[in-house]
Amino acid sequence: MTEPIAPVFAPGDLVRTRLADPPHHTRLPRYARGAVGTIVEMHGRYPLPDNRARRVPAEPEPVYTVRFAAKDLFGEGSHMVTVDLWHSYLQPAQPGAASKEPS
Amino acid sequence: MSGDHSGPQASLAAQVRHLESLLEQRGLLDAESLDRDLAAYLTRASPDNGARVVARAWLDNGFRDRLLADANAALPELGLSMGGGLQEQRLKVVANSGQEHNVIVCTLCSCYPIALLGPSPTWYKSEAYRSRVVRDPRAVLSEFGYDLPSEVTIHVWDASAESRYMVLPARPGGTDDLDEQSLAALVTRNGLIGVAPV
Repeated sequence: MTEPIAPVFAPGDLVRTRLADPPHHTRLPRYARGAVGTIVEMHGRYPLPDNRARRVPAEPEPVYTVRFAAKDLFGEGSHMVTVDLWHSYLQPAQPGAASKEPS
Repeated sequence: MSGDHSGPQASLAAQVRHLESLLEQRGLLDAESLDRDLAAYLTRASPDNGARVVARAWLDNGFRDRLLADANAALPELGLSMGGGLQEQRLKVVANSGQEHNVIVCTLCSCYPIALLGPSPTWYKSEAYRSRVVRDPRAVLSEFGYDLPSEVTIHVWDASAESRYMVLPARPGGTDDLDEQSLAALVTRNGLIGVAPV
């Protein structure tokens, strides 16, 4: 049994979601790819569905609630969208980073 | 976006039936007890449960605080739980206020707090709702006949992982004299999803 992945992100941290469009099942919604959001909270540890669907061993990893401004997802809108995302979908982002990478 | 989950999922249903019959053949599953368990679960799963939770939260600030902090720990106070499936699901309750309005969706499939809201409505599983409410919730709510003041910020919660969400609507005015049961009767399923006022 390997050590569980520690929660790397804390509430308030900025993260950028991965941009890649994998050729397998994933639960990173397409509209939320390559976007910068803010960690709201960690809500538990669950195996990565991308691996489970391919029957690849998947250790439970942190799943975070991440809040995005609609403008940063769609280029418009004044609302907020909150998405639950596995650790593997996220990387740290710097304040002032471009809100969404060109896709 | 994955496919439309509103239609009959013929292939999945066939797999489930096949698995069920194999388990029965091997004596691992009793069809009657399975039916009984399913019926019991679906009987218990009703929006009346969500309505009871909301009414209690309106009347009891301590319960409201516990509910918003850790809904799974608060539900047993009303004899409710998010169990009944394979495992207990995490529930997050999100509260509406005069400044903020919450609405729930599952853009990837149709995740929904069945134990508290009962089986989900067909429109909740439609591609139209799932794809549009994240992009333009104000327009979608307007189509439900719910026009929010422009100063209210809308929060869309996409149940994309293992948590399920339920909206705690704001208590309507003029209800000071109502008891818990009468308050619960005001709460609708659509209010608990966030597409209707309460």
